[in-house]
Amino acid sequence: MDMLDKLTILSAAAKYDAACTSSGLDRSARPGGLGATMACGCCHSFSADGRCITLLKVLQSNACSYDCAYCVNRRSNDTKRATFTPRELADLTMQFYRRNYIEGLFLSSAVVRTPDYTCELMLETLRILRREYQFYGYIHAKAIPGASPGLLSQLGLLADRMSVNIELPSEASLQLLAPDKKKTDILAPMGFLRDGIAQGKQELVKYRHAPRFAPAGQSTQLIVGATPETDLQILTLSSALYQKYQLKRVFFSAYLPVVEHRNLPALTTRPPLLREHRLYQADWLIRYYHFEAGELLDPENPNFDPYVDPKCGWALRHLDQFPVEVNKADYETLLRVPGIGVKSARRIVKARRAGSLDFDGLKTLGVVLKRAKYFILCRGKASPGIVMTHRAILQALLSDAALDAMHQGDQLSLFDPTMEDVRQCITGQI
Amino acid sequence: MHHRTDIVYQYDGSFEGFLCCVFRAVYQREDPMAIFSEDGAQATLLETALIDTEPDKAGRVLRSIPAKMGTDALRAVQWCFLSDLEDRETAILAFLRLGYRVGSPVMRMLTDPCVHKVVTAARNVANEAHLLKGFTRFSDHGGALVAEIEPKNHVLPILARHFRARMPGESFLIHDRTHKLVLLCSGGCCQILPLEELSLPRADRREQLYRQLWTRFYDTVSIESRYNPRCRMTHMPKRYWAMMTEFQPENQAFALPEVSSPSSEKLR
Repeated sequence: MDMLDKLTILSAAAKYDAACTSSGLDRSARPGGLGATMACGCCHSFSADGRCITLLKVLQSNACSYDCAYCVNRRSNDTKRATFTPRELADLTMQFYRRNYIEGLFLSSAVVRTPDYTCELMLETLRILRREYQFYGYIHAKAIPGASPGLLSQLGLLADRMSVNIELPSEASLQLLAPDKKKTDILAPMGFLRDGIAQGKQELVKYRHAPRFAPAGQSTQLIVGATPETDLQILTLSSALYQKYQLKRVFFSAYLPVVEHRNLPALTTRPPLLREHRLYQADWLIRYYHFEAGELLDPENPNFDPYVDPKCGWALRHLDQFPVEVNKADYETLLRVPGIGVKSARRIVKARRAGSLDFDGLKTLGVVLKRAKYFILCRGKASPGIVMTHRAILQALLSDAALDAMHQGDQLSLFDPTMEDVRQCITGQI
Repeated sequence: MHHRTDIVYQYDGSFEGFLCCVFRAVYQREDPMAIFSEDGAQATLLETALIDTEPDKAGRVLRSIPAKMGTDALRAVQWCFLSDLEDRETAILAFLRLGYRVGSPVMRMLTDPCVHKVVTAARNVANEAHLLKGFTRFSDHGGALVAEIEPKNHVLPILARHFRARMPGESFLIHDRTHKLVLLCSGGCCQILPLEELSLPRADRREQLYRQLWTRFYDTVSIESRYNPRCRMTHMPKRYWAMMTEFQPENQAFALPEVSSPSSEKLR
């Protein structure tokens, strides 16, 4: 089989992994080596689905010995199989990197023979890259559940970021769809990685040249929409993961029906992209906007509103806390205003030290007022012509079509939105 | 304070040369109508002062900026100077005048038109440079790496630093078609020279193979049922596509083989 076919098979098999980031670490090349990393990450291209391409995301192999129902690589699926030799993959990575196609390698694998054997194949690839080719670019490696701790820790010393996919948001779902995987199989390596990263940091304090263990931290991914968990359950889980396992990121992946199975949604189900989008918005609010999961959802409202984004929804439920005076509100309060993001809030805080701001001033700063104007005052005054009632704001923020649907009582469900709904409801960035 | 305004400056186009314009404007109390670089010179009825580039004066101005206004201000000035802002010289001069007067708070006066202009232009440069750190595509020609870009701003100096740090062992050149300049880097040394046009020999078999592999990877990683061209365009404006390997039709090798995905329909 030639490289073109191999690459096609093994990148097609890896594409459903949502994580594609090269961030969290600054490092430059050493003499004789190739590659560097940027803490902010770097996108090298964007695929037709609008997702960033930063790493060469491939599987070492798709010849899996497991039989997980939701997975295209499952043993019982009739699909073409391929395996990269470690040397082939290392060479490909170097050549892509030199041409500035990529920021590094994202290496995952199906379980070839045993978890340990798979891990050794991956280790050999990374060893060639790091030791032999002196590659200093970004490497994200997937921990293979069930592999021995010794191999995992070797992997962590060669990779910048590690991840274990939690796959499904509850143990019951896991049992239903991935009978070969157990919750403990997933959480054990996650805990192991956490301890390795923490220990590496400690040793670095003691010995400056101690080898660093996954210096860009660990992340995970879970599939949304294949099983009946609510948004609240998912968000609670992700919050717990951030706290207990010190994860850098939790990625959500809208379930795409790639295989037919009695326990899975039908093949014709559309991926719940809007729901995924809402979860990412909420995740952002928790990580950067000082929100807590309990503020965004509660047991009475366990799912996000398809019509308004989570921040807008929170603001509409807390109109008593608005409007806020732009010239006086502290940074955290500004962050809670719909339409004001981290950049805008920072600029406002900086600029108002030089003089008080009016609405024109905000525009000059690049603050988008489309939504923000319903929630703020400048020098004690609201934007001209603005009515700050729940109904008026909702009317102003939603498209006519979305409003009609809402008034007619049409149940726009997050679990089954049409593309039309998606276009109409997504009101923009937080 | 009254400044003379019926005068234009002409300088050599370098940053040092421009700093000498600032030196003269401040010390001679002049507010030139325009500041031209040599190649951008225009016929004018006003008196034209030819400004010599003197390292001593340039150095004094250069040191005064971080001292009076902070390092952020210096970076804003340097990056704005790389921008495609038509009157960038006079804009920076106005910004510096304000900065000399008010000191470090100048970088907080984001709603002031002088500050807004310079800071926005600097931000545009930073943004474009960041995008091109990702979107620049090299080809291997006999071991040397060659890239072409068509940026709006003069981002080569920023790209030089970036690529030199990550590829210390490689010899590479980047041709800027817009500004007709070429960046040459080899053995850790970089220089930027004028170059009208770059003609390249045909890519060899090996190079063609890697282009095909990359293009194939690009086409394969996209998930068909998530097709979202508008999102792609927002993140990667079309004007960059012309120079990118994955958008050259000749790099698409043969037909995609059957792989088990919901549909093998190709989306571009």
